[in-house]
Amino acid sequence: MLTLEHLTKIYKVGTFGGTDLPAVKDVSFNVDAGQVVSLIGESGSGKTTIGRMILRLTPATRGTITFDGQDVLKLPRRGYYRLVQGVFQDPFSSYNPIFKADHVFAMIRGVYFRGMPDSEWNARLEAALEAVGLDPGQVLHKYPHQLSGGQLQRLLIARALLLDIRLLIADEIISMLDASTRIDVLNLLGDLKARGLGILFITHDLSLGYYSSQRTVILLRGAIVEMGATEKVYGNPVHPYTKMLIASVPLLHKKWRQVAQELAATGTPAADQCTYHSMHPVDHGAGASAVARPALAEVEEDHFVGCIRPYVKGSC
Amino acid sequence: MSLQVTDLRVYYRTLAGDVRALDGVTFKIADGEIMGLAGESGCGKSTLGKSLTHFDSRMRYVAGEVLLDDVPLPIMDSEAMDEFRFWSVSIIPQYAMSAMNPTRKIGKMIVDLLESRGEDGAAMRPEIERRLELVGLQRDVLDRYPIELSGGMKQRMVMVIATLLNPSLLIADEITSALDVSTQKAVAETLIEFRDRELVRTMIVITHDMSILSQIADTITVMYAGKLAEKAATDVIIGAPKHPYTRLLISSLPEVGIRFADKRLTGIPGNPPGLLDPPVGCRFQARCPLADEQCRQEPPFVEVERDHHVACWKVS
Repeated sequence: MLTLEHLTKIYKVGTFGGTDLPAVKDVSFNVDAGQVVSLIGESGSGKTTIGRMILRLTPATRGTITFDGQDVLKLPRRGYYRLVQGVFQDPFSSYNPIFKADHVFAMIRGVYFRGMPDSEWNARLEAALEAVGLDPGQVLHKYPHQLSGGQLQRLLIARALLLDIRLLIADEIISMLDASTRIDVLNLLGDLKARGLGILFITHDLSLGYYSSQRTVILLRGAIVEMGATEKVYGNPVHPYTKMLIASVPLLHKKWRQVAQELAATGTPAADQCTYHSMHPVDHGAGASAVARPALAEVEEDHFVGCIRPYVKGSC
Repeated sequence: MSLQVTDLRVYYRTLAGDVRALDGVTFKIADGEIMGLAGESGCGKSTLGKSLTHFDSRMRYVAGEVLLDDVPLPIMDSEAMDEFRFWSVSIIPQYAMSAMNPTRKIGKMIVDLLESRGEDGAAMRPEIERRLELVGLQRDVLDRYPIELSGGMKQRMVMVIATLLNPSLLIADEITSALDVSTQKAVAETLIEFRDRELVRTMIVITHDMSILSQIADTITVMYAGKLAEKAATDVIIGAPKHPYTRLLISSLPEVGIRFADKRLTGIPGNPPGLLDPPVGCRFQARCPLADEQCRQEPPFVEVERDHHVACWKVS
């Protein structure tokens, strides 16, 4: 459904934009219908920038984003936003505090459903609220400060559902919610997926990614280091960075020491010898100069790994 | 006995009346214990931390007694507390990222701080450098400005400053929340290191993240709406909690190893009560599946097993 190819974003920073800051480097992956893909990275890894590029909030420097085979930049904006919507981290600043929270629905109606009669609109609204597990009587005609973070976040998802979207970009949508309510929003993503929606779940939290996604993409400084089926990436991590992340996640029922021991048992390739070179699509000798950095190698079915050595310019 | 808090009540003054953020809290911490203090936003956990060190202008002392090493702490009197602050009790505040003076080099700032406490700053330089090494910082950070440090470095720097005078009690308020997973682990392990080296005798680690506490805390205390719900050894709270709130909270936490497709976790319906006019009796009753008539009476916080305290009528 959604395909990213060689997506690159370089921010211009410094006086007169004299310095290049590459935020996203040659990222390619896709999100299919009925699939939750988690995009995992630490701060500064470019995960939010990727979401913003998909939502056309930030132009890409290079590379293409296609939706059902069509370049999204060529689609009319309004039509595109009927298919793809985003929900962001802070539910409290996503609303205008002067208006009631359901003003966001009125705005959607004003732009997309001008001619719709009230009865039909109300039925649509009720269906959307039901889909996110909210009782219309409890949330409509209230101001944002009267609702909890979880309710506000679900209202924003309901707003997206009003448009019959097919792809949802969920950028850290539960990071600001309390533990007892965040799981409901997370479960909602699973329910939406069952309805055939594709979801890009952007997060820094590996536990949340593991709980909700079928595929996982791990980013390091703007580049993909490992991606594939979630159980393969977590169960058999290959890249040292992925291993380090998994070893650092605090677990409830297992101590860090124990996780480190288990990971050590999976074996790490020697630092000076990249065991995945032979699998790189571009032959190391002849073609390397043509490619700025090595492509991902498929180490098993649906499990791709970037070069495990730190990238050195001109070679790998 | 290191810390003994008895029936502590601290309210916030607002135009609408008193917000009962801390409403009768009684607990003990043993020598060398790292006590985790967990709870959702607004439960009073940070208020408890601040009450033991420094009242802010909106806080009002209502009742209660705090004994640190058998000496009563004059917590309601900020000037009298000066005698104890940093020497006996110290805090790494939630805003540690912006706690340092941005206009002074860090080394100079530390000397100023020490001299304001009547210590010889220059003479302590070797000790400062030794502790920097302990937390994994280069000694040249002393010649840098706070803006030149990353978030994790600032957090560790504030940790060193807060503990320079070897306080008996250290309160760490959400110190890992704003950090990336890998830095989070390093900072959390440093806390244990400080305790093991007896730079700090006893700690209260305040966080909303149970899994961090599961890694580093000896005991966990769970707060709900201004009161203590449960206190027990870490393994007991994580593995066999008794209070309905703790049980529901623990079972709502996703972690690596649990997937939506296999096991659907559930949140706790409803929201915590407002503390301006809290409900009579158990404060969890509106969300509790076990609640009945008896819960209109306030449950006492009693020891149900050795070192296991619970405030619930339904636990015997």
